[in-house]
Amino acid sequence: MKNSLAQVFKSGKFLVGFSIIVAIVLAIIVYPLLVPGNPLEMIGVGTFFKPGTYISAYDAVNSRSFYTLNLTDAAAKRVASKLSDADREVMLEWFTLFFEENPGDVDLEEMDINDTQTLVTLWWETYDPSIRFDSMTSAKRKYIARVDAQLEGILEDADVIIAAENDDGTLSQSSVILGTDYVNVSDIASVRILPLGTDNFGRDVLKQMISACRTSLLIGLIAGTIATLIGLVLGLLSGYVGGIVDDVIMFVTNLFTVIPSFVLLILISFSIGQEQRGARVVAVVIGVTSWVWTTRSVRAQVVSLRNRDHVNLSKLSGHSLVRILIMDILPYIASYVIMAFILQVCSGILAEAQLSMLGLGPKTTQVPTLGLMMYWAMAYAAHINGAWWAYFPIVILIAIISFSLNLMNTGLDQVFNPQLRD
Amino acid sequence: MSENGKSLVLSGSGVTKIFGSGAKKVVAVNKVDFEFHEKELVSIVGESGSGKTTLVKMLLGLISVTEGDIYFMGEKRDIRSRRQKKEYWKGIQAIFQDPFSSYNMFHKIDSVLLDCINMRGGRSLPRPKKIEMITEACSFVNLKYAELTNKYPFELSGGQQQRLMIARIFLLKPKILLADEPTSMIDACSRATILDMLLGLRNETGMMIIFVTHDIGLAYYISDSVYIMERGRFVESGKADAVILSPSAEYTKRLINDVPKIHSPWDFTKAAEGASV
Repeated sequence: MKNSLAQVFKSGKFLVGFSIIVAIVLAIIVYPLLVPGNPLEMIGVGTFFKPGTYISAYDAVNSRSFYTLNLTDAAAKRVASKLSDADREVMLEWFTLFFEENPGDVDLEEMDINDTQTLVTLWWETYDPSIRFDSMTSAKRKYIARVDAQLEGILEDADVIIAAENDDGTLSQSSVILGTDYVNVSDIASVRILPLGTDNFGRDVLKQMISACRTSLLIGLIAGTIATLIGLVLGLLSGYVGGIVDDVIMFVTNLFTVIPSFVLLILISFSIGQEQRGARVVAVVIGVTSWVWTTRSVRAQVVSLRNRDHVNLSKLSGHSLVRILIMDILPYIASYVIMAFILQVCSGILAEAQLSMLGLGPKTTQVPTLGLMMYWAMAYAAHINGAWWAYFPIVILIAIISFSLNLMNTGLDQVFNPQLRD
Repeated sequence: MSENGKSLVLSGSGVTKIFGSGAKKVVAVNKVDFEFHEKELVSIVGESGSGKTTLVKMLLGLISVTEGDIYFMGEKRDIRSRRQKKEYWKGIQAIFQDPFSSYNMFHKIDSVLLDCINMRGGRSLPRPKKIEMITEACSFVNLKYAELTNKYPFELSGGQQQRLMIARIFLLKPKILLADEPTSMIDACSRATILDMLLGLRNETGMMIIFVTHDIGLAYYISDSVYIMERGRFVESGKADAVILSPSAEYTKRLINDVPKIHSPWDFTKAAEGASV
C-alpha cells in the first residue's frame, strides 16, 4: 500500500495534475479569506466593466494631499487616451478619401496614427462635416461626426475647477486641480481591484469564479462518489454472483447504456423543476445517470478475478459473500476504481457546465457555478460585446480542471497498468 | 460400500460438467464415476485440458455439477446453503497449483492461518493458544512462525508458500484433501519436500488425499490407486501397480512412454508419434 502510494507520487504526470488540483483547492480556500464578501453581490451598476483597478474619483478629487509631478509626456498621454485605436483608423480612412479628391502634399503612407498631435492638427485643417463621400455609409459619417465632437478642446490644457454649493445656492470655487497634480493611490480611501472586471450583473468575475469553482468541484465530487458507489456495488454483485443476478443487472445497465445519459440528465433536471434544483440536487442527478460505464468495467474485472485461487481459498475458508467482495476482490480493483472515480468527477463537472448552459443547471440565484457563469455570459452576448473576461477565464478554468484530472488518471494508469510502465 | 474394510468417503456417478451452450458447448467432464475410500491416496492423471481441474472444482463445490451426483460420506451431497457449504468445507480442503496466486496479497500470513482456527470453531480461544497452534503447524512444515508473522505471502519463496498451504491443511485437518498439481510450479528440490510433508500429514491425520497431476511417474510413486483422465473421461482406473505396470488403454501407454528416463536416450520419433495420436 505504502509502496504503491510512493510509486504514484513518483509519476510525473500524476504529480503535475495533482499539484494543479491542490493549487486550485488552495485558491478556493485562501481567496475568500483575502477578499471577503458575497460573491454574488452586484457591485457594478452596468454591464461588463473592464478588468483593472478602480479608484474612487470622488476620493481622488477630495484628496487632502496633492503632489506636483512635472512629467513631460503627461499631456500627450492624456490627449492620446481620449482617442481609441478605432477612432484613429476611422480618421485615417477619412483622410484617404479626402486626399483622393483634393490632392495635397500630405504623405498618408508615412503618417503615424499614434502621433496624436499631428493627427488632430491635420484633422482640424481638413475636416468639414458638409463634405460627403459616395463610398461612405451614413452610419460611418455619423460615427466620424461623433469622433469630431470628442476632439473639441482635446489639446487644451485648462485646469479643472472644483466648485461647491454655497448656502444661498450659488457656486463658488473651492479648489483648482492642475494638470500636474497627482494623488498617491495609497492615500485614497476606496480602491477596488477587479482583476477580471465585472459580469453582466456587475458582479466581480474573479470572486464569483473562485466561488463557482468550489461549487463545481463539489458537484463533481458528489456526482463522482454517487456514480462510483452505484457502479461499484452493481459491478461487484453482477460480476461475482453471476447467473440471474448478473442477467438482471446487465439488462438494466445495457438499457441505460443505450439511452444517452445526457438526454436522461436533461429530462430529469427538467422534471425536477426550477425551484427544487439546488447544486446538490443537480449533483445527485448527474451521479445517478452516469454509473453505467463503471458498472460494466468493474463487472469485467470481477469476472476475471472471481475464479482466481485466492478467491477460491477464501471461499474454502468459509468467508461470506460480502467479506470476499470487500477483502478479496475490492483491493485488487481498487486502483482501477480510483481512476474511474477521478474520471467521473471530471465528467460530473463538465455535465454541470453543459446542463447550466442549457438553463437546466442549479437554481440561478443562490450559488454561482462555472456552468452558470458561462450561461449568463452567453445570455448577455459577452462574446459579441468583446467582454472576454466574462467567459474566457471560465473556459480556461474548466479546461485546466479537466486536464489535470485526466493527467492524474493517466499517471495512475501508468503506475498500475504494467503494460504501460516505462 | 467398503473395500478392505475401508468405508467410502467420496464417490460420484455420471458426474458431468458442460460449459456454454449451443455451438460453443464444451464438455469438460463427461460422465465420470469414481469411488474414493478412507485413508486412500488417489491420483488423477491426465494431460493439460483433460478436465482435471474442472473435476477438482466440482468436488470442492466451487462450481456446480451439470449432471450426475456426488456422494460425501455415503450421503448425497447437498451444499445449497452457505451453512451447508461451510460444513462441507470443514471436511474437504484443497491445495492449489500456483502458490503465488493462492494468497490474497493484501493480507498478512497470520490472517490465513487464523482463519483456519476460526473455521474449526476456535474463534473464542485465547490469543496465546492460537499462536501456539499456528507455531505447531508451521514447525510441522519446517517454517518458523516467528519469522513469518507480520509478513506478506509474496515475501516468501514458492516452496515456502506451498508449505504454508500444507500448514493450513494441518490446522484444518479435513477428511479429504484435494491437491491440484501442488508441485508443478515448484523447483525439483522443494518438490520432494512438499511431497514428503503431504504424505507425513496423511500419516498423522489419516485423511484421504486426491492427488491431481500430469506426471504419471509421480502418481505411481505415491498413490494407492490411479484414475487416468482423457478429454473429460476416465479411460482407466485401478490399483497403481495394475494400471501402470500393465496398462490397457492406449492413452495410458502413451503417458507412460512420455516419461523421460534418465538412463536411456530420448526417443524423438516415439514422442512425435505419440503427439500425432
